[in-house]
Amino acid sequence: MSNQESRDNPAFRMSRRKMMKGVAAVLGALALPEKDAPASVWESFFQRHFREMSKPELEKVLARLEKEYSETYKKAVKVRATPPIEGVLYGYGLDLSRCIGCRRCVYGCVQENNQTRDPQIHWIRVLQLNKERGVDLEEAEQYYNPSKVPEKGHFYMPVQCHQCENPPCTKVCPVQATWKERDGIVVVDYNWCIGCRYCMAACPYGARHFNWKKPGLPAAEMNPETHFLGNRPRPVGVVEKCTFCIQRVRNTPGRYTACVEACPVGARKFGNLLDPESEIRYIIENKRVFILKEDLNTRPKFYYFYAT
Amino acid sequence: MKRERSRYRLVLGTAALVVSLAVGSALAAHVQERKAGAVGKGRTASAEEKQFAVPKPPFTPGIFPCSDCHKEMKPNPTRRELKDEHTNIVLNHAQGQRWCLDCHDTSNRDKLRLVNGEKIGFDESFRLCGQCHGDKYRDWKVGVHGKRTGMWDGEKQYLLCVHCHNPHDPRFKPLQPMPPPTRPENIK
Repeated sequence: MSNQESRDNPAFRMSRRKMMKGVAAVLGALALPEKDAPASVWESFFQRHFREMSKPELEKVLARLEKEYSETYKKAVKVRATPPIEGVLYGYGLDLSRCIGCRRCVYGCVQENNQTRDPQIHWIRVLQLNKERGVDLEEAEQYYNPSKVPEKGHFYMPVQCHQCENPPCTKVCPVQATWKERDGIVVVDYNWCIGCRYCMAACPYGARHFNWKKPGLPAAEMNPETHFLGNRPRPVGVVEKCTFCIQRVRNTPGRYTACVEACPVGARKFGNLLDPESEIRYIIENKRVFILKEDLNTRPKFYYFYAT
Repeated sequence: MKRERSRYRLVLGTAALVVSLAVGSALAAHVQERKAGAVGKGRTASAEEKQFAVPKPPFTPGIFPCSDCHKEMKPNPTRRELKDEHTNIVLNHAQGQRWCLDCHDTSNRDKLRLVNGEKIGFDESFRLCGQCHGDKYRDWKVGVHGKRTGMWDGEKQYLLCVHCHNPHDPRFKPLQPMPPPTRPENIK
C-alpha cells in the first residue's frame, strides 16, 4: 500500500507517549500476583517490615507462616516472634585450647536451625590453623578432612556470626532488612531482604550465607520450633546467618544454643554479658581473651579465650 | 526589709539542710543495700563446697557397690600390678607417682580417699580430682570448664569429671571429624 495509506492505519496513529503508557500499565499488571492466587500470596506481597508491623498484623503473619510451613513439612510448625529479654546482652566464649575441630557444632547448628541441606549451607565455619603461625587467616584451612582430629601442630578456630556491637553488615543494607536487636543479636527479616548480598560483602568474618537456590530441607529433619527472625525455613534469594539460636535463648528460662550443647569437649560458653555472675563474664575477667579482627572496630560479642 | 531578708534566708537554709539530709540518708541506704546484696549473691568462697547436682557416676554395670566383693577380701596395700581382677584398667594417669589405693580407700572400696584422709562418695569425685587440678576445679564450679547443657539463666547441669574423662586414662583420644563443607564450585 502507499505511504499515505499505511500512515492512515490506526496502528500508526498511536503516539509514542501513548504506547509507553500502555506498556507500563501491562508490565505493572503482570508484576502483581494472579487474580485467583490464594489470599496468602497477596498478604505476603503486601507484608510490611517486621519492625513496622503492629501486634495483630504480626500475629496474622505468624499464623499464615505456621500454616504454610505445617503444610509443606507435614508437621505442626510453630513460628514465634519472642521479643528480647530486658537486661540481657548475649555473649559467647570459645575456648581455643579445647576445640579439636570435630565439627559437631556445625552439624548441631544445621539440625537446629533448618539450614538447607542441598545446596549446603553451614552457619559455622571451622578453620584449621597452624600452631607455629598462630591466627594467620591467610593460611587457614576450612576443608580439612583428616581421619582423626586434632591434627598435630594445628589448632582450630570456629567462626560464625559474632553479633557485633558495631556491625558493618547492618549499615550497608539498602532496605534495612537486617538490624541489631536490643539483646545484641543481629537479625534478618527474610521477607524484607532483597538478596543484594551487600551485607555479605561487608561482613569481615564471612559469617553470612546466601540461598542461591530453593532450600532443600527434608521434612523429617526439620525443627518445628522456629522464630520469625531466626530458624524458620528461608525462601530462595535471602541472606541467613547464625542468630545465637534466638528461638532457644529468648525463652524463659533460656536454653543454651545448639552449638554449645553439641560441643563434646566443652569449648563453647554462652551467657549474659550484663550478669556479673555469668560464665562469660568470668571468662572475660579471668582468662586470656582474643577478639578476631579487633582492629576493624566491629566490637563482636564472640570472645575467643584460652582456658589454661 | 532587713528582717524579711533574714527570715527568707533562714527558711531557705533550713530547707536546704533538710533536703541534703534526706538525699544523704537515701544514698547511704542505697549503698548499704548494694553491699548487703553483693555479699548475699557473691560466688561461693567458703571452704564448704555447695552441693552440685550431678548425674550418677558412669559405672560399668555390676561393678558398684564394690563392697559386694571387697567386704570379704583382705586388703593388700602393697603397690603392685593387678593380675587377678580389674586387669582391664591400665593406669595412665600419674602412674609413676600413684597407684590404685592412693585414690580408692583401702578399707572401704565404696569410697574414694582424699589426700587428707577424708572419705568421699563417688558422687563427689570432683573433690578428689580438684586436689591436683585446682584450676580446672575452680573453672568447673563456675561453669567454665566442661560440657555445658541446661539453661543459661537458670539451673546449670553439672557433670562429674568422670562423665567425660576416664579417671584411669583421662586424655581425650582423637576422633573422626564430621564432613567438611562442600566447596562452592561443587555446589550445583
